[in-house]
This record gives sequence, C-alpha cells and structure tokens, in this order.
Amino acid sequence: MSFLQFSNLTKTYPGVKALSGISFDVRKGAVHGLMGENGAGKSTLIRILSGDQHANEGEIRIDGDVQAYGSSRDAFEHGVIVIHQELQLVPELTVAENLYLGRFPARAGVVASAKMFADVTEKLKIAGIDIDPRRKVKTLSIGERQMVEIAKAVMLDARVIALDEPTSSLSSRESEILFTLIDRLRAEGKVILYVSHRLDEVFRLCDSLTVLRDGKLAAHHETLQGVTRDQIVAEMVGREINDIWGWRGREAGAVRLKVENVSGERLPEPASFDVRAGEIVGFFGLIGAGRSELMRLVFGADPQFSGVTSIDGVQVKAGSPRQAIRSGIVLCSEDRKHDGILQGRSIEENINVSSRRHYSPFGLLDRKREVEVAETFIKRLKVRTPSRKQDIVNLSGGNQQKVILGRWLAEQGVKILIVDEPTRGIDVGAKSEIYEILYELAESGMGIVVVSSELPEVMGICDRILVMCAGKIAAGLNRAQFEENAILAAALPDVKQPTEIAY
Amino acid sequence: MTNQLKKILLGDQGIVLIFIVAFTIVALLVPNFLTERNMLGLLQSVVTVGIVACTMMFCLAARDFDLSVGSTAAFTGMVAVMASNTTGSILVGIGAALLCGAFVGFVNGFVIAKFRINALITTLATMQIVRGLALISSDGRAIGINDPGFYQLALSKLFGIPTPVWILAGLFVIFGFVLNRTVFGKNTLAIGGNPEASRLAGANVDKTRIWIFALQGVVCAVAGILLASRITSGQPNAAVGLELSVISACVLGGVSLAGGRATMAGVIVGVMIMGIAENVMNLMNIPAFYQYIVRGLILLLAVMLDNLRSSAFIRR
Repeated sequence: MSFLQFSNLTKTYPGVKALSGISFDVRKGAVHGLMGENGAGKSTLIRILSGDQHANEGEIRIDGDVQAYGSSRDAFEHGVIVIHQELQLVPELTVAENLYLGRFPARAGVVASAKMFADVTEKLKIAGIDIDPRRKVKTLSIGERQMVEIAKAVMLDARVIALDEPTSSLSSRESEILFTLIDRLRAEGKVILYVSHRLDEVFRLCDSLTVLRDGKLAAHHETLQGVTRDQIVAEMVGREINDIWGWRGREAGAVRLKVENVSGERLPEPASFDVRAGEIVGFFGLIGAGRSELMRLVFGADPQFSGVTSIDGVQVKAGSPRQAIRSGIVLCSEDRKHDGILQGRSIEENINVSSRRHYSPFGLLDRKREVEVAETFIKRLKVRTPSRKQDIVNLSGGNQQKVILGRWLAEQGVKILIVDEPTRGIDVGAKSEIYEILYELAESGMGIVVVSSELPEVMGICDRILVMCAGKIAAGLNRAQFEENAILAAALPDVKQPTEIAY
Repeated sequence: MTNQLKKILLGDQGIVLIFIVAFTIVALLVPNFLTERNMLGLLQSVVTVGIVACTMMFCLAARDFDLSVGSTAAFTGMVAVMASNTTGSILVGIGAALLCGAFVGFVNGFVIAKFRINALITTLATMQIVRGLALISSDGRAIGINDPGFYQLALSKLFGIPTPVWILAGLFVIFGFVLNRTVFGKNTLAIGGNPEASRLAGANVDKTRIWIFALQGVVCAVAGILLASRITSGQPNAAVGLELSVISACVLGGVSLAGGRATMAGVIVGVMIMGIAENVMNLMNIPAFYQYIVRGLILLLAVMLDNLRSSAFIRR
C-alpha cells in the first residue's frame, strides 16, 4: 500500500528543468533510497517535499491526501520532516531546549525546565539515543547532532522523514548508530526517504530505490533484491563505469614538501611527514583525528606553535595562507561553504580570485585574461553551468568543488596541492573526473595530499597512506602494503569513546 | 511576461530602470522640476551624500559598516577652516583636513581588522570621539572662514556646472573603476562574499579592510571641506545624521548589507532617488517634518526590494 506518492512532479528554474514528470510511490514502513548524480534533482525533490519550493506541475500525496503546503512550517505540521545536510540546531542551547524550540512547555511564560528535561530524557531513551539532554549542542559531535535532529523528528510524530546525505560527515561508528535508529523508525511504520551517494549504505538500509538522472526518473526498484551495484551506478551516470579509481603507477621524484614537528592549538602533538614530487599521499583517520588541523597548519590557515615546513629544500615562511600560496602550497579545504566559495560572486570571479595577481599589473584587472582563465577551467573540469557569470551558490556541491579546484589549478607555480575531502557529497561520475585530474597533476610533478574519510577512496587513488589517530600520525603504508584491516586498526584510538574527540 | 518583468526589476540594473521611470513621471508632473536651475540645485544637494556614498559602498560590500562619516566630515571641515585661517593657505587647510580624515579612517580600519572588533561598535565609538574632537577644537562654536578664496571651492563653476558637482562626478568615475577593474575592488567584493574563504584564497583581508576605511576617511574629508566652503564656516555640528542618509542611498542602490554585492551605477541612482524625493517635496511645499516619514518609507522599500532580490536568486 503506497503511503507517499509523487505524481508527475515538474519543476523549472529559469533556464534549467530541474525535475520533469517524476512519479513514484513509497510504501509505509519502508526506507526508500533516492540516488542520483549532483544536479540530478534530488535536492529539488526534497525541497518540494519540505514545502521550501513549489512544483510547477504535479502533486505529492501522503496517505491519499494531496499536500498543498505553502511553507516548511506547513509541511512540518503535516508530519513531513526533512533533515538537511546542514543541521538546523542552535549551538548555544541545550539538547532539550533545541528539541522543544518553538513550543517550550511553559506556565505563564516561565519554562518548566524540570518537566522538559524529564520528558526529553525519557523520549531519548525510548528512541535509543544516549545523549544527556542538558548538554549544549555546541559540545556535541556532528554525529550526535544528527541524532538530536532525528529525535526531533520522532518527537514531532513525523510520518515522513527525509534524510539528505546524513552520513556525509559521520564516522563509521556514528553511522552505524544512525542506521540502528533508522531501522527502529522503519519498524514503527514511518516512511523514510534516504538520499545518499553511498551504495553501501543504500544496500544496507533501503527496501526500495529511485534513481534520478538529469531531472528525470532513471530507474525505480521496488526491491533491491537482485539489483547490483554496477547496475545502479550505470543508471545514475547513464553509462558504465568500470573502475572509478583508475589508479596508475608513477615514478615519485625528490622530496617536495617536508613538514617537521608542526604543532598548533588544535594539534598539540608535533607532526612530521613529507611528500615527494609526483606522489599522491593519502591521510586517513576518523573525524577529529587531526588531519584537517594538520593541513590547516601546513597551509598557514591557523597559527603554528612550532615546526618547520620546507618546499624543495627551501624553508617556507609560515604564518598566512598568502605566504603558503606564494611558496607553492595550496589547500582545498573540507568545508566548501565556509572556507571555499565566495558567495554572491560569479564562477569567473571564484576562479580568478587567487591567480589574478599574476596578471593584474598595478592591481588593474585584465578582463580578457580573466574570461579566458575562467572558460579554460570550466571546460577542463567540466563544470556544469549555463555561463561563467552564474553565481556560485547556484551550482551543485560537486560543481562548486570543481570551481574551487579550478581556482588552484589557475594559480601558477603550485608545487603541493592539498585536497581535504575532495569528493564529499560528489557523485560517482564527477569523482572519477576529479581523480583523473589529480593523476594528471601528479604526473606533471606536483605533490598531492588527499585527506579523506572514505577508506576505499584513499586506498583506491593514493600511492601512500598516512593514518592519523587522536592527533598523531599513527602509521604509514605504501601501496603494496595497503590492507583494509591494518589501516582501520591504526585509525581507531585506544580511548573508549571516539565521538568525544570531535569538537 | 510578468516573470520577465520581475526578472528585469530584480536584476542588477532593476533599480536603474525604476529610477528612469520615476524621473520621467516626476519631470512630467511636478512643475519647475526639469529646469536648469532646479537640476543644478538638485545635484548640489546630493554632493555630500554622493561623495561619501562612494566609499561607503566599499565598506558595505566588504560586510563592514561606518557610522563615523558624519562626525568625520564635520571634524575635517573644522580642521580645514582652522588650518587655513591660521596659516593663511587654503592648500595647507585642505591638506590638513585630508590627513586628519585619513587618520580617523585608518584608526577605524586598524581597530576593526586587527583587533577584530565589530565595525558597528567601533565606528559608533569613533563617531562620538570625533564629534567630541570637532567640538573641543572649536570650543563648540562655528568658526568663520577668513579667506574668501575658500568660498570659491563650492561657488566656482566650470562650463556652468558647480565645482563640487564635478568633483562628485569624478569620484563616481574613479570609484566605479576601482570597484570593477582593480584587484582591490574585486577583493572587497570577495571579502564581503566570504571573508574566511577570501583569506584562504590568499587575499590580504586585513590590509584591504584598513584601506577601505582609510579611503572612507579621505573621502569624508573631501565632503567636509566642500560642506564647510558652502556654509562659509566650520560647524562642529555639521552633517549630523549623514551616515544614515549615505547608508540609505547605498542600500537603495542595491548594495547588500550582507556584503558581496555592489554596483556604482546602483549607488549613483540610490543617491539621486534620495535627492529627487527631497527636491520634489520641497518644490511641492511639503513641510520638512513629513519628509522624514517619506525618507523612512523609501528606505524600508529599498530593504524589502533587497530582500526580494536575494530570495529570487536562491536556487537548488
């Protein structure tokens, strides 16, 4: 019996048809996967479901009733709750306060705190979530925050819960807790729409699956039995991808980057490593293991307490990203939205922002050159956009990532490229394209550092892996020694609660 | 059709279109509006706001704010008058005023960029400090200009158009160029778009911000000197509330308070709309008290337009 029905859903934006005639049904008590490449229309579909956007044609029915809500608050009251990638909690408030936000239990305007905490404690217990309701949200790890969001959905008695890439910033242990919770919700008869790029998770969790491609329905599977991974990938990209890693051997040259005893506020233990010319070095570890912190220190984004960094034997003046860039180190940081894109500015400006100093005599822009540079990298990186003048916030995550990569490829004299979670939230097709770019850069003699939480990715594309654990480099393995268990074992800290490390 | 219209109105040049329509209507309906005398008067009345709006645009585009412009204009006007009275040289007076303006701006910028203090608070403080300096230096009185040559700054004309209007036009051209064609201008917009990302992209964020405020100070001094020349004296209480008119004009011209978005054409139009509204109300003999209400309404409308524009461009 279908509970959630989409029929002929169509949405056009100026110049783009984001969804065309999407129809599919989801049964009650099912976890339904929604997959597709970036820009395939998943987010648009979710936004329409949440009342944030309106469809031009078509309708959504829940339990037979047509949903015609005007806002996300409406959707909320109809029992539809969407949990976005960017969580919507107030960091300074406690867990309980966040759960009751907007409807505090109160008498004469005074919040009945005791009752609220007691309520929440009980409800969290029922949901099987082990978090103290008196903790402030800012002290929680990202995984724990996700749990709180889900608890909110449960407490509001949601009928439909949509999760938009919930595991993109969770460690595998945290993900497992999340999956258990989802299983429980399924058993209670909720409808869960699960958007993800990760096939493993979809096979682990989902009962049924819809694949979108270019705003159209590419495939709908009532059951996942007998469906193969390759089949889904082919449905997503519209072609077969045999080996998404496509690793090929290279001769590593002399040491390009040498980092010695670098430490800082968020990485108290001094760390040392080096990267050779033409080498791709992977940094693996749990979230909070100190990988991003180390990279930020090397790049000068955070102040160094100690340590020496040198490139091709020449010491780098530490201190600021400007100096790092001038000595040939660049960093694509993990948090695209906060540290990467320039909101409100065009793709063209986002690409030229750093490199333009090489071709702007006396600070005057060379507009012809800027257009050329932008066009070159839009083409080379296959950025999907109607024009270079498009505001970067209108691009999908993968395309934004390509623009940031373009920014650094446009920079001259780059010797070390550090990419932090380069493929987070990016679809399979674009991933392969990004890997290919990394290989080409390595072949040209650049040293490359890839920070990633995805073990298959690090094992798939790197020549050497350094494993970080609790702020220290715990192990180093060459490609011949790559072995999943060994890497994972090195990444797991001895302390009992790894979630405590994050923030 | 309506979609098309909406797109044009909310687009980058939408405000220019609104201006042209409004101007045409006013020109047809209001008697004596489209006369040479009234047009020159209109242009002269927007000189102070227009000059300061040039750099306020940079300030807002970089996600900053400057409340001290009114005080700085008054103080530098005082300095210009006092220094030229004492030395007998108008040039020395102008030089001293520009230096003082630059210094006030530099202090603003340095405190905001290096000590990471909110721009609103910092300039709220300097606004009062500088007003205090203006009052102290003159003992609270207006100081008359000794050298009649000083009046000529505001009174002289070139090809029938008053010098201050030429200066205003010149500054529009210069700052329009700086915003669109220089690394400094682009960095300003980038910083407003995302300060942390700009820093990680290698832009010198602190230096850019300090420069913006220093320029703001210099430009305030230009406005202050011209103002003093027009009112033939240095007035410690001159230009009270200037900051609000200037920020209103910028917002009206489509400069986003969230930073990252600004066009010179928009700001010029914003300044002109404010000027025309006042001018028309004067021509129609509407009492000054009502003019406050109209000005407030115009500002509200501008902010709502800004809001519509931002939400219209959020996609996917």
